[in-house]
This record gives sequence, structure tokens and C-alpha cells, in this order.
Amino acid sequence: MTRAVRYRVRHATHYAYQGVVSRSQQLLHLAPRAHPRQRCLDHELAIEPAPSRRSDRIDGFGNPVSVLEFERAHRTLAIVSSIHVELRPRARPVDEASSPPWEDVAARYAYRAARALDDADFDAIGFRFESPFVGVDPRFADYARECFGARTPLLAAAQALMEKIHREFTYEPGATQIATPLAEVLATRRGVCQDYAHFMLACLRALGLPARYVSGYLRTRPPPGRPRLVGADASHAWVAVYCPANGWVDFDPTNRVRPELEHVTLAWGRDFGDVSPQRGVILGSGTHALTVDVSVTPEPDAH
Amino acid sequence: MTRSSPLFAGYAAEPGRYHEPFGADGTVRPHWRALVAELERASAAQMRQRREFVARQIRENGVTYNVYDDANGTERPWDLDLLPNLIDAAEWETLAAGVAQRAALLDAVLADLYGPQRLLRDGSLPADLVFGQRDFVWACRGVAPPGGTFLHVYAVDLARAPDGRWWVLADRTQAPSGAGYALENRHIVSHAFAEAFRALKARPLDGFFGALQTLLQRLAPAGTEAPLGVLLTPGRYNETYFEHVYLARALGVPLVEGQDLIVRGATVFLKTLGGLQRVHAILRRVDSDFCDPLELRGDSALGVPGLLEAVRAGRVAVANALGSGVLETPGLLGFLPRICERLRGEPLALPTVATWWCGEPPACAEALANLARLVVKPAFPSRRFEPVFAPALGRAGLAELGARIRRQPQAYVAQELIDLSHAPVWRGGAAGRLAARAIGLRLYAVAGERGYVVMPGGLTRVAARSDARVVSMQAGGGSKDTWVLGDGRSAAGEAQRRALGVRDVVRTDAFLPSRLIENLFWFGRYSERCDDVTRLLRIVLARYVGGGPGAPALAGALEVCRAFELTPPKRALKPALLAAVGGGAAGGLRDTLARLFGAAAQVRGRLSQENWRGIVELQRAAQALAERPPPDLGDALDVLDGLLMSVSALSGFAFDDMTRDEGWRFLVIGRRLERLQFLADVVAVALRGLAAGRRDEAATLDWVLELADSVITYRMRYLSAPQLIPALDLVVLDAANPHAVLFQIRELARELGAVGGGADVAAMRALDERVGACDLAALEPSLLGDAGRRDAIAGLADRLAEVAAAARAASDRLSARHFAHVDDVTRPTVSA
Repeated sequence: MTRAVRYRVRHATHYAYQGVVSRSQQLLHLAPRAHPRQRCLDHELAIEPAPSRRSDRIDGFGNPVSVLEFERAHRTLAIVSSIHVELRPRARPVDEASSPPWEDVAARYAYRAARALDDADFDAIGFRFESPFVGVDPRFADYARECFGARTPLLAAAQALMEKIHREFTYEPGATQIATPLAEVLATRRGVCQDYAHFMLACLRALGLPARYVSGYLRTRPPPGRPRLVGADASHAWVAVYCPANGWVDFDPTNRVRPELEHVTLAWGRDFGDVSPQRGVILGSGTHALTVDVSVTPEPDAH
Repeated sequence: MTRSSPLFAGYAAEPGRYHEPFGADGTVRPHWRALVAELERASAAQMRQRREFVARQIRENGVTYNVYDDANGTERPWDLDLLPNLIDAAEWETLAAGVAQRAALLDAVLADLYGPQRLLRDGSLPADLVFGQRDFVWACRGVAPPGGTFLHVYAVDLARAPDGRWWVLADRTQAPSGAGYALENRHIVSHAFAEAFRALKARPLDGFFGALQTLLQRLAPAGTEAPLGVLLTPGRYNETYFEHVYLARALGVPLVEGQDLIVRGATVFLKTLGGLQRVHAILRRVDSDFCDPLELRGDSALGVPGLLEAVRAGRVAVANALGSGVLETPGLLGFLPRICERLRGEPLALPTVATWWCGEPPACAEALANLARLVVKPAFPSRRFEPVFAPALGRAGLAELGARIRRQPQAYVAQELIDLSHAPVWRGGAAGRLAARAIGLRLYAVAGERGYVVMPGGLTRVAARSDARVVSMQAGGGSKDTWVLGDGRSAAGEAQRRALGVRDVVRTDAFLPSRLIENLFWFGRYSERCDDVTRLLRIVLARYVGGGPGAPALAGALEVCRAFELTPPKRALKPALLAAVGGGAAGGLRDTLARLFGAAAQVRGRLSQENWRGIVELQRAAQALAERPPPDLGDALDVLDGLLMSVSALSGFAFDDMTRDEGWRFLVIGRRLERLQFLADVVAVALRGLAAGRRDEAATLDWVLELADSVITYRMRYLSAPQLIPALDLVVLDAANPHAVLFQIRELARELGAVGGGADVAAMRALDERVGACDLAALEPSLLGDAGRRDAIAGLADRLAEVAAAARAASDRLSARHFAHVDDVTRPTVSA
């Protein structure tokens, strides 16, 4: 049985603006949210220049968020987020075969007049529909169909879908790390982790299944004898599928793994737009250069 | 009284429909009798006058409606029928009560959707229709708006079925438009039919707008401050921009764009000339997801970054609440009757057109079974597609539509088609002066302290053609004024406006947005620049036409044109001159006219209707110039003459028509700075030509005087051909000549002082001294000989060049100090 693992995460973002920025507002999803298998031991933000104002709150999906305002002219902005976090393995491994047939799960969340939902189901149902970055379209259901045979257990089908996407898609870091329209992803079958995650979400939701976008990090160096994971130098994204028998179960289509002890969760939402690590609005002229550096290091004594 | 009246000869009374003016037996309904009698009595000439009155009012008041796919992107005149639509008092009571009930119900639904979400948990409403929509703003969950009101202004689209009842077709909960047009329609049509209007005791509309004013003040979380409300518009390209201007005036609130507001510490401020002013209430005409690029759509340039933070903190009231648009999906219509019973314990009063959301299998089956007679609409308004009218489809089309629905049922809503009622529109002409058109009715409600206040009237929308199935403004439909007839009672329940006393008198506008100031300044500059450029081109063309390429004055004036880059440098003269008039080069005449129009459109709310009309005419002239460039120089001269008249009219408006507040001051400063700079530059170039001995003196002075619009004064004073000293005295040193350099300097010193530009005033005073010290005596021929005289002329040219440079510097300082820097762009950034 694996023990708990502790990580230190350092996520540095640096903007160099071409012109002077006279005003800037930034919305950060950089603090790791707690969940049954993850505990945040410490989180700190180092911000340069110092913001004129900072306020912290919880967003509409339960994620911690910080809002920063800068009112003095500046030419660079550096934000370093330092996280100390502990992950624990699942008490019992998820048994795919034990999950209900996917059609039953889809039917469970399809609307029926005057049928009441309990809290867990109601929480899941919000993630069943299209969202700004995840347009839902029957073409995605068509793509996924071969993995969702009649009466296939939900998690086995999701596992097969993850494997199919991983097999058929090419990981291709682009000029930006921001999401590409899904129709384009479907056509080119290329993209970065956000695109993989959005695509898998579109497939699941097109079949009527609740699935959410998870933003986080990957362990930078693999344990001895294991391959290095793709996307480990930047922030990462994967998906979680809701199974009435097992709760939310994570799938990382970029790496074809079920996240367990090497994925640190930051936040979840419907798609990238809900939980972008850092989005902002600046007032000024000219363009900017952005550099991002992420490292995720296990604590030596944790193995 | 029956429809056998010759009036109705052209009114094809289709059987099986409800006809507003008469019953199935052809007798005119009692509440229409007075109006029909009036129409029968009126002479053709009278009716023509009325119709012309309406057309003129629309034109002169600048009532327009922008059509998005109009190839020209230009404004279309508002289409208003001469005849009002009439609703009798008893029917109105029922209708108004139904609208008020529906508004209250929808407000309660919003409170639930952004609060406990019981309607979703217990299956009263499908989650698909809420969470599946872009218009549901997740970030607003749990945010309680001031006073608990979500739906401040509500509109409902109704259609009258053959059974005579009004049926609900759609709810408008995002930012309902049209109330301002209804008010404008009322102003025009009630004047056209003044007697009938009085006789019928049609109920006034002002109470509605008063109630809206009161609401904004009541909900504004202002504490002890005087509440400041604003109307947030997406800008002048929006289809209903006219209405935004009009409403802002009617409500007495500043009309602002997103860039006029900033959020600091969860508080909204308006950027004004006098600094930041706290904003307490925002009546928004911007859709929710565009309202805050920080949290919502990052690509929105229309919103205010951080607005949601201010809303969450309860520091600003936004009407309607962000996220209210979620109720606009037609998918909800079928669920509302049961929700009304559940939330209000009473039946829903207004009947709703039968509507099936196909995401529910039994409803979908029913819709598919009846598809051939239904209209199909998108369940999610973000997935725009035009409604599909199944009866118009062939068998194959119908099968295809059915397949589309089966493939993704939750995305579709099917709705019963109503045979819309018909009302008469005025067509003029001798026989059959009325024609039948399908109509729909949009009614408005505003949240009051005790329930919703319904506007007694509304917008009757008229189909473009007699066989149209829907009425749509975007599809080229028209409108009618809507009269709710009096029932003998006086207009009880109208909101009383607070009487304004001496202490309330306002002489300045403290809430002038900086952007407006900046645009007024540029409006002033471009007006003057148009004037200058037109005059200069006219001089050159007239000299060329009059004397040919060798005319003595031509070379000097051309030199100025080249200095201002008005004529392309390496081209034969004639085509170069034609290009200067009709070409589109940057800084050229057409470009300057376009910039003038751009600035004017930004300040439209500050301009009188006549002034705006003048500007629209200029825009037309500029368009004509682009579409049909003048073929030869004679035509070009005619064009310039016409332009000069219109441009001069602008100057009249600037100096006589506008209130002399701070905004006006910036406009005048813009004009004066532009004129100063232009005049100084031109005279400097002309003098250098003389100093170098390249130019004929009399011919040069002739065009300089013309350019400075000082020919008449010169002739009256000197009764002779222009000579150097008196001419320069008139255009440079004469502080009483409004076209002289010194005049501009002194006016600028005064106006800059009035807007707090201490340093600029000092600069202008120094300039005044420098220019005043010019000694024209040095130019007398006898004194220093020819060479000395030339040196003196060159010295004067240098001094004028200094003046032009000082004008540029003053403009830069002004902009650094006062302006919003519209060129500084707000941009989104994102990092993974």
C-alpha cells in the first residue's frame, strides 16, 4: 500500500510588457483546493510589484481565488506561487467493472418532470452541459461511440475513451498554451493538455454524462524506472467523470493515466475558462511576452 | 360604422384572423370608432401633412435603428406607421395585471436560480435549460442583488390569436429594448392626431420612466451619498443605440460605455473631467457575459473589468441583475404555469403559446408528431439559428428537420404558430387608404415598491409584408404607437415626479465622462480641420480652373497643400487635385470628414437634433464623394462649395447652439487650437515663399486672405489690392478678427483658464507677447532695402512656425492632463 506523498510546487509567471501598463487586474486560480485525497499544507504568493489591493474568496465552483489590482504603472509582473501539499491514495482502488452501465448514468441525469435530485447528483448535473470552451455536438458522441458499447460500465468506457484519444491524438505544444476551438482539435487531432481535456469532456457530455475540467500540476521528474509525464513543465489539465457508485474519478488523456499520486489538483470547473490559473485585464499599449515555469518536487522522505 | 367605409377598400380582411379595428361581422369595434371617424373626416391633404409630419420628426429627431447586416452598416430611419394601435380600457386591465404577475414570477424564478436552486433540485425546471445556457452566470450564484430585485425591467412579446386573446410568445429579461422607441413614437403620433389623442384619453407613458428613475435611486446602495446612476451602452454600433441616447436623456443619467467606468476596490467609478465619481446603479444594455472581461467573456471590449467584484460586494445595483438573460430561452415557457402555481399559489394569468422543449422525451414525441404545423427555435439562444417554419418546408425538409431534432433534442424548442392579428397601416393614395398588416405587441414592466408597474402602452410591431408570419425589427418590420384608452378615471397611480426647487438647480454637468470630453475636443478640431482643408482645396482648384497651371497664386497654395500632404507629391497636377478632393488618403478631406463623423457620433447625446442632422448630411456628402468621385475639377469645386456651407453651419452650432459648460469649452479649445496651428503654419509657408522671392506678393496675399476668410474685411478697410503690411495685420495681429492668429491665442488663454490649465494660460500669454511684439514696420520697403525686408519676412515666418509648434504642445499637454486616452487599450491576458 502506497503512503501519502508530499510535494513542493513552484509556479512562476512572468509578464514583460512592451509598453507601460497603467492599470491591471488579475484573477488567480493558484491555490490548491482541498479534496478527500489532497490536503494543502501551505500556499504563498510572491507578487512583484506589490498589488494595490488583494482580496481572496471562493468562486462559484468552490475553488479558492485571489483578485489583484495594480494601480501603479509597471512594465513587468512576476507572480510566484509556492505550494506545499499532501496527496493520499484512494482507500480502495476504483473497480471499473463495478461501475454502472453508462446508459444508466446518462438516463439518471436526463430530465424527468418532478423528479428530485439529491445533493451529490445535483452537484454532478451542473457539469453535464456545454460550456464556453466545450461546445457539445453529436460529432463528439460519434467519435466516442466505439468505446461506449451497450451496457459497458461507465468507468471502463471512460478508460477506453481516454486510451483512444491518447492513441489517436498528437501532443503538440503550440505557440500559446491556451485552448484551441474543439472543431479544429477534432479535425487535426493535435493539441496540448487543455485541448485533450476539453475534447474528452465534449465526448462525455455529448453522451449525457457529467464530467468536469481539472486544473493542476504533474510531478516533474518521474520515480525511478517510470517515464516522464507529458506536460510536466507547465500547469496541467485533465478531466473527472462522475460515477454514482465511486464519485468523481480522474482521467488524464494526455498521459493515458488515472491521476493518483502524481497529479496535484488546483481547481475544477466546466472548462479552462472557469479555472484559468491566471487571467487578467491590463490597460496599456503594446504586446507582452509571457514566461511560465513550473516545478513539482516530491519531498525526499515521502516514499 | 362598418368596414364598408372606403377607407378600408384596400384592407384585405383575411378570414379566420382577428382584426384589431373590426369584428367578424365587419362592424368597427367601439374603441376604434372615434379614430376611424377622424380618418373618414380628414381630407387627403390633411393626411398627407400628418404623414409628412411623422416622417420629418423621425428624420429631424434622428430616430434610427441599426440593422446589423446592412451592407453599409449605416443607420436606418425608424419605421413608424401614422396610425396608432388601440387597446380598450377593460382589456388593458386584464393584460396589465397579467404582465405584472408574469414579471413578478420571473423575478422569483431568478431569485431561485441564483439562490437555493430549488426549482432545479425538485425537477420543476430542467437543469439543461439553465446550466446548459451561456446566459446562466455561474459566478453570480449566491449573489443577492440590492433590494432582492433581479428583474428591474421586463418586456413580453404578445400576439393576438383568432380567439381574441393575447398570447405570450417570448419573455425579454436580459436588457429589454424598445421602451424608448415607444416613448418617441408617442411623442410623434400623439402630435399628429392631437385631437383624437385628447378625445380618447390615451394614458400617458411618463409614469413608467418615472418609476424606472425612482427604482434606480431606491436600489442604489448609496448610503448618505446622492445616488449616481448611469446607462451602460455597448456603443453606437448597437442596433438600438438611438434608444440608449434617448433613454439616458429621459432618465437624466449619463450615457456611458464600458471604458468610461473603472472598478477600484470593488467599487465602480465614472471617469469624469473632475476625477472619479462613484457609480451606484447601472442600467445595462450590454448582455451579461460581456459585462466583465475579467471574469466573464475575456474577449469583451464592452464591459467593465471587475464589475462582478463590485456586484458581489453589494456596492452597485445592476439592472437587470447579471445573469437575468437565462430566462429568455423559449424552452422555459412550457414549465412556467406549474412553477407559477408552486411559487405563487395562483394560476398564470396570461396564456402561453403551446411550446415543447424537445429535451423531455414525451414533449419531444408530441412535437415531432405535430411538427408540420410548428415553428422550431433554438433552446439555447447562444446557438443562434433562425426559427424554422415547418409549414413552409417540403416533405424532405420536414424529414430533415425531424432528424436534426432527434439527433440533439435538448437543443430544440417547438412552438405552435399563431395566426397573428391584423391592424390597419396607413398607405395614403385615394382608394383604400388602409392596408392590413400582422402585428405583435411588446409590453414593458418596471419593478415598483409594491409590485410591477406596467407601461400603459408599448411597442406595437408591424410585419414587413402582409403575409409575414413574424414581426421583427431586424427583418425590416415597422412599429406603431400604442394607445391604451382611458376609462374615465384620471391617470391614477402615475409616479409623481419630485418638484425641483431652486436648490436643485444644476448649472454644470459634474458627470461628464472624460471620454466625452476627449471626443468633444476632437470634434472641435476635426470640424475646424474640415473647414480649413475644404477652403484650401477650393482656393487651389479655383486658381487652377481660373488661370490654368501657370496661375501666379497656384504655386504658393499648392506648396501649402503639399506641406499638409493633401496632394500626392509625384503626380500630374490635375489628377493630383482630383485625388485631393475625392481620394481616401489619410489626413485628406474624406478621411477628415470620416474622423469628424466618428468623434461626433461619440458625443451625439450632447448635440442638438439640428446639429446632428448637419453632421449626418456631411457624412452623406463624404459617402457620395467616395462612391462618385468628381470626374472633373468643375464638379470638384461644386462639391467643395457645398461642403463649405455645411461645415460652416457646424461652427454656428458650436458657438450659438450649445450650452457653455465644460464640454463646450473643450470643443471650442479644440477648434481654436486647430485654427491657430493651421493659420500659423499656412502663413509661415506663404511668407517663406515671399522671403525667397519665389512668389508673387499680391497673388499670395489674395489667397492667404481668402483662406483666413478675411477678404471682405480687407476690402472694406483698404479698398485696394492686398498688400503685405495691412494683410498681415489683419490675419495675424488683429485681435478683433476671429480668423486672426492673435484672436485665437487670446480666446485660448481665456478658455484654457476656465478649465484649469494654468500652465497653458501662461504659455498662451507668452505667445501673445511674442506675436504682439512683431513689428510690421520692418516690412516697409523703404527702410532696410529689399534684402532687409526679406529677412524681416523670414523672421516673421519663423515666429509663426513657433506659434504653430506651441499650439501642438498645448494640445499634447491638454490631452495628457484631461483625457481618458482612448488609444490605451484594455486587453485581456491569460496564462496557464
